[in-house]
Amino acid sequence: MALRVLIGCKRVIDYAVRVRVKPDKTGVVTDGVKHSMNPFDEIAVEEAVRMREKKIASEVIAISCGPAQSQETIRTALAMGADKGIHVEIPNADMSVFQPIHVAKILAAVAKKEKIDLIIVGKQAIDDDANQTAQMTAALLDWPQATFASKIEKAGDDLAVTREIDGGLEDVKVKIPAVISADLRLNEPRYATLPNIMKAKKKPVQKLSPKDLGVDISSRIKVISVEDPPTRQAGIKVDDVDSLVAKLKEKALI
Amino acid sequence: AIFVFAETAEGKYKKAAIEAVSYAKAVADKAGDSVTAIAFNATDPSDVLYKYGATKVLKVNNPALAIFTPDAYAKAIAQLVGDASTVILTHTNDGGTFAPLLAVALDANIVSNVTAAPESVSPFVVERKSYSGKGIMVVQAEGKNVITVLQGSFGVIESAVSGSEETVSVDVQSKLTAENQAAQSAKINLIEAERVVSAGRGMKAPENWGMIEELADVLGAATACSKPCSDIGWRPHSEHVGQTGKAISPDLYIAVGISGAIQHLAGVGTSRVIVVINSDPEAPFFKAADYGVVGDAFQVVPALIQKIKAFKGV
Repeated sequence: MALRVLIGCKRVIDYAVRVRVKPDKTGVVTDGVKHSMNPFDEIAVEEAVRMREKKIASEVIAISCGPAQSQETIRTALAMGADKGIHVEIPNADMSVFQPIHVAKILAAVAKKEKIDLIIVGKQAIDDDANQTAQMTAALLDWPQATFASKIEKAGDDLAVTREIDGGLEDVKVKIPAVISADLRLNEPRYATLPNIMKAKKKPVQKLSPKDLGVDISSRIKVISVEDPPTRQAGIKVDDVDSLVAKLKEKALI
Repeated sequence: AIFVFAETAEGKYKKAAIEAVSYAKAVADKAGDSVTAIAFNATDPSDVLYKYGATKVLKVNNPALAIFTPDAYAKAIAQLVGDASTVILTHTNDGGTFAPLLAVALDANIVSNVTAAPESVSPFVVERKSYSGKGIMVVQAEGKNVITVLQGSFGVIESAVSGSEETVSVDVQSKLTAENQAAQSAKINLIEAERVVSAGRGMKAPENWGMIEELADVLGAATACSKPCSDIGWRPHSEHVGQTGKAISPDLYIAVGISGAIQHLAGVGTSRVIVVINSDPEAPFFKAADYGVVGDAFQVVPALIQKIKAFKGV
């Protein structure tokens, strides 16, 4: 049985951009800053598209929760090969209280509505560094999960997943339906070609609100401020190895 | 009580466990409360945790928890903490994986990757890592909270108390089958390592890594590498540190032949002391280094190995 796959794709500040904190510290500068799909989500999209190409998946649905511009992120996923998109619009004003638990509730609701068999999302977004959405989605649906996946293979009715763990690698078997979070080594995402970007414009994108899905986005957590991390001061250049060893001894590091 | 999960590896408390208990003690002091630690299949004596402020250790001995499965771990802990206001874990691979499940089970908030003791505990106001280490987010969380501490960010702080232990049992079941754990493992766990020797494309070829491994050996350090080196297959992926790889905060980070791109710094910038060895005096990494040596790695590293050996008398 071919799987119906749901992939999360979050719009974030592009990974190569030097993030700047706003002078009033209410957040980071986003105006005029290049945004793109969270790199780990791109890997999730790629994996799902490859599954469809191998006929393991029958349909790939890309979902993004965020402001109006998140539609562009969905179009990128469609250009990479996803079949249709769902945009759950979150007004900009609500983004400081919008948390991974809300995304998880939205993904869980859509998974039921669309009869999804497999959800793949990036292991974390590079803006909030939360590393929570996949796990909470699995918890809400009471589905098995495998985080930090570096390999996914069909094994009978189950999926065999290799996970990156602190000490190396771990192999797990998960029964479908399941939630998987993608790590860096899972694959190398393709670039969307121009013809596919054109085709993507014609693919359907459904617009929903959290309310449509019965999800309340009020929150007990809010972001108060964003600050620059402490910057490292340039230290000293030592002249030779002797002086370096002397400094390391001084600091009791050897 | 403030609950804390004390992670073990083969029965021994990991550095991550000690850091989590140290953090819990700081929270408990602020809340006028005490620390209760939960440990699965620990063979280490509980004294290890009393020393850092745990007044109670709840020990669970259950073979079903010997291999990590997120749902079983979350369920087991949820049973033990009742309606506690705060549960603290370290954001290790395991801790970070099951903390969100625990938060859902407890109907608690989750605040992951916190980097400092809270400014206040009710509501919980705390700094956390964001933008891949390029920003610090201050969040406020009302009600019950599951907190994960970014590894190496808080450190270990001794605060000995007299404690007691209790053996408890839990119902455990998992929907996952885990097998073949840690199929490949390094001599020293990179994330837990106090010293790390890391190298980049400046090494020119993978066969030149002998001296990097030798330097790591004499220092008792783990080895790491930059993203390009793992991408082109010079080094295993498990060694990649940086924005998209592992984030580490050792006491000593020695970078050899790594230019220090912003994405690399995002993963190592919280190290206590950074030493940069690079032949290019303009390498950006020197701006973040405590000690920089401008020179050819193929001369500097062997000389460094010799000097350290001489100092240590080996």
